[in-house]
Amino acid sequence: MFRFIVRRLLQMVLAFFGTTLIVYALMFAGQGDPIQALAGERPVTEAQRAYLTEKYHLDATGVGGFFYRYVDYLSNLLRGDLGESLTGRSIGDILATAWPVTIKLALIALAVAVIFGVTAGVLAGIRRASIFDNATLLLTLLVLGIPTIVLAPLAQYFLGVRWQVFPPTAGADPDFRSLLLPGIVLGSLSLATALRLTRTSVAENLRADYVRTARSKGLPNRRVVSVHVLRNSLIPVITFLGVEVGNLMSGAIITEGVFNIPGVGFNLFRGIRTEDGPLVVGIVSVLVVVYLVSNLVVDILYAVLDPRIRYV
Amino acid sequence: MRVRRLAAWTALPLAVTLGLVACGSGGSGSGESDPNAAVRIEIAEPQHLVPTNTNETSGSQVLAALFSPLVDYDEAHKPYAVAAESITSEDNTTWTITLKDGYTFHNGEDVTADNYIDAWNYGAYAPNGQNSSYFFEKIAGYDDLQGEDPKATTLSGLKKVDDDTFTVTLSQPYSEFTAMLGYTAFYPLPEAAFSAPGELAEGYEQAPIGQGPFKMKGTWQHDAKVEVERYDAFPGEQPKVAGVEFRIYQQLTAAYADVLSDNLDVIKTIPTENLSTAATDLGDRFQQSPASSLHFLAFPTFQEEYSNPDVRKAISMAIDREEITRSIFKDSQQPARSFVSPVVAGYRENTVGSPGEFDPIKARALYEAAGGPSQITLSYNGDGGHKDWIDATCNQLKANLGVDCVGNAEPKFADLLTKVKAKQPVGLFRMGWIMDYPSMENYLGPLYSSNGSSNYYGYRNPEFDKLLAEGASAPSEDEAIEKYQAAEDLLAEEMPVVPLRFGQNNFGHSTKVKNVEMDLFDRVDLIQIEAVS
Repeated sequence: MFRFIVRRLLQMVLAFFGTTLIVYALMFAGQGDPIQALAGERPVTEAQRAYLTEKYHLDATGVGGFFYRYVDYLSNLLRGDLGESLTGRSIGDILATAWPVTIKLALIALAVAVIFGVTAGVLAGIRRASIFDNATLLLTLLVLGIPTIVLAPLAQYFLGVRWQVFPPTAGADPDFRSLLLPGIVLGSLSLATALRLTRTSVAENLRADYVRTARSKGLPNRRVVSVHVLRNSLIPVITFLGVEVGNLMSGAIITEGVFNIPGVGFNLFRGIRTEDGPLVVGIVSVLVVVYLVSNLVVDILYAVLDPRIRYV
Repeated sequence: MRVRRLAAWTALPLAVTLGLVACGSGGSGSGESDPNAAVRIEIAEPQHLVPTNTNETSGSQVLAALFSPLVDYDEAHKPYAVAAESITSEDNTTWTITLKDGYTFHNGEDVTADNYIDAWNYGAYAPNGQNSSYFFEKIAGYDDLQGEDPKATTLSGLKKVDDDTFTVTLSQPYSEFTAMLGYTAFYPLPEAAFSAPGELAEGYEQAPIGQGPFKMKGTWQHDAKVEVERYDAFPGEQPKVAGVEFRIYQQLTAAYADVLSDNLDVIKTIPTENLSTAATDLGDRFQQSPASSLHFLAFPTFQEEYSNPDVRKAISMAIDREEITRSIFKDSQQPARSFVSPVVAGYRENTVGSPGEFDPIKARALYEAAGGPSQITLSYNGDGGHKDWIDATCNQLKANLGVDCVGNAEPKFADLLTKVKAKQPVGLFRMGWIMDYPSMENYLGPLYSSNGSSNYYGYRNPEFDKLLAEGASAPSEDEAIEKYQAAEDLLAEEMPVVPLRFGQNNFGHSTKVKNVEMDLFDRVDLIQIEAVS
């Protein structure tokens, strides 16, 4: 197990550099005129253009220029310096304020998905073809069918503005209550998927031989379900949720925008809109790390859940 | 079994959220003004909070709270002195600025002539990369501060006379220099702003020190808010609120939702998707006021098919401006038939003349007689929400001129400008203009003079340039306006662009504030606004 983790960590280093290279290349290739993008429709003065061009090596173009800028970026990164965004703010500082709130939001979303999704999934799996099963099927299909860009403003309008159940926006230093609605909206998609996955997996395992054995030796139903079935059914769900952690962090772009939460997605959106290469690459690099770590955690959890899966 | 099934139902998150229906506060105020309350105003994340580096509206809204300008503009949009005692000149070239007594920076420093001179030198010096440095280009010696390795570090045109007086020498006469001084770039900076001469102190931008009616409360909390509180030693008119929280939003729709539920007091721009319902949602808390923007379609006059002014006039005549402002813009903008905005002194209605009147029959006859092209392209930037009105305009041209018309979306405005600069055939293209300071010259010089910074249409007219120069050196403002109006008449004859719409501020506020007004610079008037308890 220990050797497995070390090997995975080494692989992560490679994966990290590979992905940042790709992201940097994409941003570099897609960049039009970041100085004009920053200014919107206002004219940019020559002095300002010269200043920014020099500061961010924007005159380094072509293949040579790309590697020059990428190596420059990497050497700064290795010193723990994520660089400055085009507006002159330290990206490290931006991320330091953006991460905590995004993590809080993602945790709420994940909790919503786990608590409601897995519980309802297990119940639906046990009571196949019951009213509950059919009702959840209908609801999850509905949720899966509505994109966040529709769901989030709707939830905000009805629950925030019309009925005033929740504050309509969360703001910079939000309390738990104001994060609850965006968290539920963000988590609803994973909730639906987690529910479907759990339900199928539980339903399948209930028919398995070992369940019949367990029942025939007289174990109470509760124990059969909670220990034997659940443990085996959770493997696909854990895989899904593990990858979902990364998705929740990056997928919060819409939710954070609608609910005005200045988190990672909020900043990523701004970076893309203003062609702020350094900011986008900086955020994506960190997101890559999140993905890699959550994948590692998933793999380790496998072994915990299923003793047959052993890593050498 | 039935009971447990019910229990399972309640586990569904939607049911839970509904179950949480609770405390929705009504918040109806008694309508009395509360000088001890703060108000909350929506802005976007400012790019910078240094006067000479701020040229977007969010940053200048914050700076307007922290600084007091040399001049402000009255009802007729003419400048009057605020932080200045007087601004005088005999020849429009050398200007003497005398400062009012009693102004202090928030850290206690007295405001002197040096504070202005240092701030302006810092802004003009090219290696500092300040966004608004071009505002100083009319001052003598500006060219010596440009380039990678400038010859000088200070403007030769700025001279201190005594602590309260300094002179500004321009490189050419400019009669509307006073109007310029109201712009954000001309605020003074305290000594504390500089760590060494000409070097801005690290961290100044996080908590700018000004000489205005409000001082910073804490530092700029990026992406979250900027808070200011009343500065009691301010010698000018005191604000009627204890402070302002500028709350930063990335999306206007979020701010709109907050105004609807009284979580935010002022939204400076109603999002487009809510314009049609804003009057119902907010009632008389939805307000409109004139803004300085002018939207127009520009002709590539360097292209053969658009070089004949009659073709350009016919196209203008074939566009029904009223129809588009009503159906597409829901009356959030006004039809335009002049080249300058109604918000500047010297504006005259309908200077475009007959080509501005919608007349499809005459338009078609003129267009055919002048031999206009059988296909017209309207280019625009796809990221700015222009598709609807471009398409509507295209349809009007199709129907009224009998031509083929297509809208061509470029991804960003920068891409459009790049193509136009390279004189690629993009057809007609959309442009917008927002003034820097209220002056006719600001609507004419940069856009149509031969070396104008935003003259993308290849319009050259020596007579026009001459009239502008005469206006700049005219002995009085009224005489200057006469020259500028003559220049505008020349534009009407040649129609290098088709003026379409004047912008408007469309703003809204909560039930917790009153006397909300917005100025021509998209800023909330922080002296007038009152909190209601």
